[in-house]
Amino acid sequence: MKQIMATSVTTLLATLRETKVWKSIFRRGPANSNRTRSIAVFGNLFLHWMPVKVREKALHVRASYYLGSISLFLFLVLSVTGILLMFYYHPAAPNAYRDMKDLQFVVSNGVFLRNLHRLAAHLMVFMVFAHMFHVFYRGGYKPPHEFNWVIGVLLLLVTLFLSYTGYLLPWDQLAFWAVTVGTNIISAMPIIGDKIKFLLLGGHIVGENALLRFYVLHVVILPLVAFVLIGIHFWRVQKDGGLTVKPRDSDGK
Amino acid sequence: MENKKIETGFSSDAKKEPRRVVFVTKKTSAKVVGDRGPQLMTYPHLLLREAIVFEIMVIAMVVIALFWDAPLEQLANPLLTPNPAKAPWYFLGLQELLHFFPPFVAGILIPTLVVLALVVIPYFNVNVEGEPLWTRRPGRNLRTVLITTIALLAFLAFFDAWTILVPTAIVASILIFSYTARQQANGWQSALAAKPLSWWIMTWFIAVSICLTVVGTFFRGPGWSWIWPWRTHVG
Repeated sequence: MKQIMATSVTTLLATLRETKVWKSIFRRGPANSNRTRSIAVFGNLFLHWMPVKVREKALHVRASYYLGSISLFLFLVLSVTGILLMFYYHPAAPNAYRDMKDLQFVVSNGVFLRNLHRLAAHLMVFMVFAHMFHVFYRGGYKPPHEFNWVIGVLLLLVTLFLSYTGYLLPWDQLAFWAVTVGTNIISAMPIIGDKIKFLLLGGHIVGENALLRFYVLHVVILPLVAFVLIGIHFWRVQKDGGLTVKPRDSDGK
Repeated sequence: MENKKIETGFSSDAKKEPRRVVFVTKKTSAKVVGDRGPQLMTYPHLLLREAIVFEIMVIAMVVIALFWDAPLEQLANPLLTPNPAKAPWYFLGLQELLHFFPPFVAGILIPTLVVLALVVIPYFNVNVEGEPLWTRRPGRNLRTVLITTIALLAFLAFFDAWTILVPTAIVASILIFSYTARQQANGWQSALAAKPLSWWIMTWFIAVSICLTVVGTFFRGPGWSWIWPWRTHVG
């Protein structure tokens, strides 16, 4: 019975793939030849930045531990959960805190949503660090990957800044004092320190202006910057010759 | 000698196997990739793996998010300073540094230098070539390592920066141990002795960062004093 069902599903899919509608959506027939498999990648807007072929060695788990992919996936999860959270959030004091309470007691699965966003944020910081260290130990920064390493460092900074701006948004004691501690360090910068702090906070202390500025940075500016940098980062992996494979691996030892 | 290895021109089946015509000079040798090994189609081999990783990740995160609640404390109150006031965990290493050094050094100078150091890694040939530390002039290199380490440890001891000093001392001892193992033919000791300078610096950096972050997160209480994490303090 199971086998009959499996066969019929396969047949159904095969029939579907031959239809006009399927071909009009995916711009190709069934992926049963290397030609159509190539088109599946470069003929798809969301995949076209990937190489059509990858080295077998680069697919081994220890070649990357998927740390870069996981960082990207976390960014996607954060985007989705973040947009959902925006529906329930007012970047004003003390409304922001009340919205947290609403998430806790009024919104269906509000706590779960916030948990997921927070977990993904902390994990992303961790994974981006892990990715960087792993790439270093694999020698992934070596020519011709030099500039992609630099973009990676920028992405690390953007990730940290994204996480940090989001840290203030719940507007509770934890958020307020964590951000106060951090922004106080900026004033240690000679000459321009206080000016930069004022620019970031929209005042001399962490207040309502700071909350609004951090919110705009967190939901618009930094995600856009991250999005563009991630695009360049992944695109350049392909342009610079694919994932670094250690000479030792390619020797087959 | 090496020129004989290079295949110029095109293979008979150029459609199937396009080849690049290259001249290998000393300048470009680092960029030449040897045998790239067998290749697989991205669709389905890579995409399938990525999809599986994504699904495992999402499932694990959903399970954790169901049980591990995000903290929410009292409404922000500028008049009520908690002791200690802690930054997010990834900045607690910096906050731990602030405990030892003046704000300009710990908060501005060191982070800026770290970011700069990370950016320039691929632009220094010493990092790109990655020559083992003990290959050429091991005696002279050992002397430099010893002097640098002792100076660094003395500097850290002068500032009472024990949470930096301890991981530094551990990495330095392993580094010096690797010198004694440089003659070994194989095994983990020889692998350690074959590490380049950049490897040691990065390992030292990671060791110090982890130590500072862990101490800042779990071992610091009121007034940034040492506290054991299993002893809950009343704030």
